[in-house]
Amino acid sequence: MRLLNLKPDRTWSIALAALPFAALLAAYMMGSAMRLAENPNDKLLPSLTAMGEAVKHYALEPDPRSGLYLMWNDTLSSMSLLLTALAISTFIALVFGILIGLLPIMGATFGPVVGVASMVPPLALLPILFIIMGLGDAAKIALIVIGTALKLIRDVALRVEDLPREQLIKAQTLGASTWQIGLRVVLPQMLPRLIDSVRLELGPAWLFLIAAEAIASDSGLGYRIFLVRRYLAMDVIIPYVIWITLLAFLMDLALRLLQRKAFPWFAGARAA
Amino acid sequence: MNRSVSSFLKSAVAAAASLALALPAANAAEKKDFKVAWSIYVGWMPWGYAADTGIVKKWADKYGINIEVKQFNDYVESINQYTAGAFDAVTLTNMDAVSIPAAGGVDTTVVITGSTSEGNDSIILKGKDKLEDIKGQTVNLVEFSVSHYLLARGLESIGLSEKDVKVVNTSDADLASAYKTPDVTAVVTWKPIVSSILENPDAKLVYDTTKIPGEVMDLLVANTEVLKDNPNFGKALVGIWYDTMKVMSDGNAAKEAMAKAAGTDLKGYEEMLATTQLFSDPKAAVAFVTSDGVKTTSEKVSTFLFDKALLGKDAKSPGAIGIEFPDKSVFGEKDNIKFRFDATYMQAAADGKL
Repeated sequence: MRLLNLKPDRTWSIALAALPFAALLAAYMMGSAMRLAENPNDKLLPSLTAMGEAVKHYALEPDPRSGLYLMWNDTLSSMSLLLTALAISTFIALVFGILIGLLPIMGATFGPVVGVASMVPPLALLPILFIIMGLGDAAKIALIVIGTALKLIRDVALRVEDLPREQLIKAQTLGASTWQIGLRVVLPQMLPRLIDSVRLELGPAWLFLIAAEAIASDSGLGYRIFLVRRYLAMDVIIPYVIWITLLAFLMDLALRLLQRKAFPWFAGARAA
Repeated sequence: MNRSVSSFLKSAVAAAASLALALPAANAAEKKDFKVAWSIYVGWMPWGYAADTGIVKKWADKYGINIEVKQFNDYVESINQYTAGAFDAVTLTNMDAVSIPAAGGVDTTVVITGSTSEGNDSIILKGKDKLEDIKGQTVNLVEFSVSHYLLARGLESIGLSEKDVKVVNTSDADLASAYKTPDVTAVVTWKPIVSSILENPDAKLVYDTTKIPGEVMDLLVANTEVLKDNPNFGKALVGIWYDTMKVMSDGNAAKEAMAKAAGTDLKGYEEMLATTQLFSDPKAAVAFVTSDGVKTTSEKVSTFLFDKALLGKDAKSPGAIGIEFPDKSVFGEKDNIKFRFDATYMQAAADGKL
């Protein structure tokens, strides 16, 4: 049989998917054991037990100084910033994307400026944002919004332009106004596509959040990582990285499920 | 298929394990090549100058070894690299030496007590001129750094504690610009950031390290085992240092070069030197490191670190990490000595026995 046609069945698929994870884990444990044998206090590759202890300490016991459960407090703080920023971005993208894509006048006015502005590296704006908006939450939300909204706007605008012209003409022959076409023809078709775009922007959104938290903060997942980095506490950093990855994965999964449940017709539309 | 999968598994594990193995571990035994990490700070600029002008090579050649001096843009990263075993020596403060390498189980010895901060680190309030006014304010600083320690000592001196303020961790690179925003009203930081913040007319210096002289030490430390197996490495390091000190006192050329490397000019650099107690004479350094002040300071610093849970999760007391002094007396646990103040090499330099 040709390699090309060799398809793993379900059991094999799961086993193959687990393989790289298991290999990474095994390699980590070997490296960790070797370093710990040499220096039992080594901080670089802590044992799984040490990481378990750290997670217990951060997630299940209140911090003796503040009385807070640090890991939940950090998660709550980061997630509220991230979700607020993504909600703002998504809303801006939907409104401006449709306007720019649908109305030639708006496209001529705002298309070029959005195109240029989306090329500004958002992290380079961070020092400016901190000066204008202070070191609080506003600057962090603004960074994420700037970093994600402009790309989302461009994406929505392009997808509006991708809609078959016939649809818009047909709606017009049936007597629809611009407002009605925007609301009843374009908007429903954009929503599931916007979910796709937001899924792709999750990664950048996390990146900007953690970068902003690293610079000035008193809670948050990125704050904690950059704080404990000062004393090389890999037993805290590694579980936090895994936790962030899991959160991002779950957000992605939730958006995918939302898309499937709310817009069941879209899978067919995408295939076509 | 089964066999190929298991062989793939084996090779994947082998590859990953070799990756993990590639992480360097501090290795003992005699060797020829040594690496020193340093970062930009007034008291450490001489290392860069020594490397650029051949002083490092001169002393390395004298002892038949190679010394690579590498500058780090990120101070914490340089300490982490040393702790991980990639470097044999590093420049750091006494406090970070205990909380990072020593708490990480890397037995560390002070080779050179280069200087102490006498006004380099300061607490600055916006529009208020008494330290007492800090009560209830939000304080921006680099958490767990010398600034944090200075804040703790300052609050202690007026009968307050950290509960009376709110600390916000802020990157040192952004402190100067953060000061210009209205919600930042209190900062603790070091020079040259202090100097640029004090250019604002409303910035008032209310507390600095002149109030706690000798407590913030800028050191060059080396891995104890490496040093024990290679005493020539230690000798070369002090040789380089005091040679450079000599060049620094002969006219302004060396200082000008260091000022430029530190991103300032001669005037700015001399302003920083004025608030730095630089031990250019090995005798003075030996006198300082053998004084009782170092012992009381170490106890204060360890207590601060213990309060902040920086001595490790298992630490039961401030003495969990033993600190040895030049007279071989020990603070804390004698079975777990991980940080050693030592005068051997500086004494050799003072006696001209290099």
